[in-house]
Amino acid sequence: MVHKVNSGHPGGSLGCAEFFVSLYNEIMELKEGFDMDGINEDVFFLSNGHISPVFYSVLARRGYFPVEELNTFRLIDSRLQGHPTTHEGLPGIRIASGSLGQGLSVAIGAAQAKKLNKDSHMVYALMGDGELQEGQNWEAIMYAAAKKVDNLIATVDLNGKQIDGSTDKVLPMGSVEGKFKAFGWEVLTVEEGNDLTAIGNALREAKSMSGNGKPICILLKTEMGNGVDFMMHTHAWHGKAPNDEQLESALAQNPETLGDY
Amino acid sequence: MKEYINQGSQDTRSGFGAGLTELGRTNPNVVALCADLIGSLKMDQFIEENPDRFFQIGIAEANMMGIAAGLTIGGKIPFTGTFANFSTGRVYDQIRQSIAYSGKNVKICASHAGVTLGEDGATHQILEDIGLMKMLPGMVVINPCDFNQTKAATMAIADYDGPVYLRFGRPKVANFTPADQSFEIGKGLLLQEGSDVTIVATGHLVWEALEAAKTLNEKGISAEVINIHTIKPLDNDIILKSVAKTGAIVTAEEHNFLGGLGESVARVLAENTPTPQEFIATKDTFGESGTPAQLMDKYGLNAKAIVAASEKIIQRK
Repeated sequence: MVHKVNSGHPGGSLGCAEFFVSLYNEIMELKEGFDMDGINEDVFFLSNGHISPVFYSVLARRGYFPVEELNTFRLIDSRLQGHPTTHEGLPGIRIASGSLGQGLSVAIGAAQAKKLNKDSHMVYALMGDGELQEGQNWEAIMYAAAKKVDNLIATVDLNGKQIDGSTDKVLPMGSVEGKFKAFGWEVLTVEEGNDLTAIGNALREAKSMSGNGKPICILLKTEMGNGVDFMMHTHAWHGKAPNDEQLESALAQNPETLGDY
Repeated sequence: MKEYINQGSQDTRSGFGAGLTELGRTNPNVVALCADLIGSLKMDQFIEENPDRFFQIGIAEANMMGIAAGLTIGGKIPFTGTFANFSTGRVYDQIRQSIAYSGKNVKICASHAGVTLGEDGATHQILEDIGLMKMLPGMVVINPCDFNQTKAATMAIADYDGPVYLRFGRPKVANFTPADQSFEIGKGLLLQEGSDVTIVATGHLVWEALEAAKTLNEKGISAEVINIHTIKPLDNDIILKSVAKTGAIVTAEEHNFLGGLGESVARVLAENTPTPQEFIATKDTFGESGTPAQLMDKYGLNAKAIVAASEKIIQRK
C-alpha cells in the first residue's frame, strides 16, 4: 500500500500488526456489519492515525470492506484516506485521527456512553508513545481514573521512536508505567509486543481486570518495522515508503502476506 | 412600527440553562458536560434532575471535546458548556478533527461571548469565535438574541443531527421575543419592515437594532430589521429580498468584523447584488475591562452606533 503511493507510515504499522490481528481476530466481540453507535459490541479507537495501513488491512480482512479496496489507499476519491476518517464512510472507522492526542478522550466518551446504555462491552484504544507528549492525553488519563472508567483498555505502542529520533532523545518521558500508575490506572506491560500469544494473553488479562473501578493500560513494547530487517532498530521508516527493491526484500521476508497491501 | 416590549431583562445564558433543563425532562439522550463552570452556564437544574447524564470534566476543555465526540458513539446528544473562548479557540483542533470532520452530533454551547463579558477583560472576551466556527465545514453557528430565543434554540438543536456552535452571553439584556416561539435553524426573522435601509443583526445587537430603528423612524428614515440568529447556514433569501427593497445594509454583531456575520452577508451580496454595507462590529481589536454598557459604547456596538451607520450608508446609495 505504502509503496504503491510512495507515501505513508510503514514502521509503526508493522510494529502493531500483531496487536491488530490479535485484537480484531481473537479478542473483540463484534457484530456482523457496521453501525456507528456500536451498541452491544466492542469498539476500538486508533489515536495514532498515521498507522492507518495496518488498521485498514485488518479491517478489510475482518470483512468491513473488500480487501481489493486497499489498493486505493491515499489515492484520489478513496475511502482510505492517508489518516483514518469517518468522512468518506469507511466501515469500521468511528472517529478521524491523525492530529495526535485526541483518541483517548474519544474512547473515554464512548466508554461512558456504554455505561449509560447499560452495554457491558469494552472500549479499546491504541496510542503511540511519542503521542503521549500531547497534553490532552494527560487530561484524559487523569479523568478516566477519577471517574472510574473501567470498561476501557488503552494500549500504548511503546516502540521508543518518533519522527525526530528516539523518544528518549526527543523528549524523555521517564517511566510511562509509573506515570499511568500514579494517575490511578491498572498497568500491564508486555515485553514481547510483537508476539501474538503474549499480546492475546495480555488483552485477555486486561479484560478480566475490567469492571473494578480502574481503567486499564497495556504497555506494548514493540519493534517499529517488525519483520522487515532494514526497517527495524531505526526511526527512519516512520513516514517513508520503500522503493521497488526494498519492497521486494520486505515481501520476501514475509512470505505469508498477500502481497503489497 | 411594530412595537417590541421588554418582558424583563434576563441573561441569555439563563435561557440556555432553561432550555437544557427542559431537554433533560423530554429527551433521554441529551447529556451535558462542563469544564468547571456549572454556575456560569446555568446548568445546575439539569444536573440536579439528571445527575447520571452530567459529566464534570474539570478544567480540561480539550478532553471535554473529545469525550463529547465519544459520547455520540452510542447515540447520546452531548451539550458541552464553558465560556466561548474556551469553547473555540482553546480547543479548535479537537473540534476540527474529532467533532466537525468526524461529523459528530455535539452541541458546543458557549457563554460569555464578546465584550459584554465585561470586567474580566480581553483574555476572556472572545471576538473571533463566530469566524473560527463558521469556517469549519458542516458546523452550524447560532447566536440567539435574548432569553426566550436562547431557550428555544437550545431545545431546537437537540433535534438537529450534526455539530452546532451555540453562542450566548453573560449580561442581562432585554427579553422581547415570544416565550412560546418555535426556532427554525437557518431561518432569519423579519422584526421590523422598512424601506430605506436594512439592519441585519445577531445576538445582543438585535435589541439594539430595534432601538436604532425607532430613533431612525423619528428622523424620517425607515429601517428594516432582521434577526439573523443563525449565521451558518445563512438565510440568504431574507437578506437579498430586503436589500432589493432598501438598497443599503448595516450588519451588527458583537464580534470582530473579520470573520463575522458582516463578512458572511458581504459575500452573499457580492455574489448576488453588490450593496453598500456598514459593519457594526469590533474592528480587528481585542476588548478590555469595563462594564458591558461602557464596552458596547466604546467599541461602537449599540443603537447609537447603528443609527450613525445607517445614516451614513444611505448616503452611498
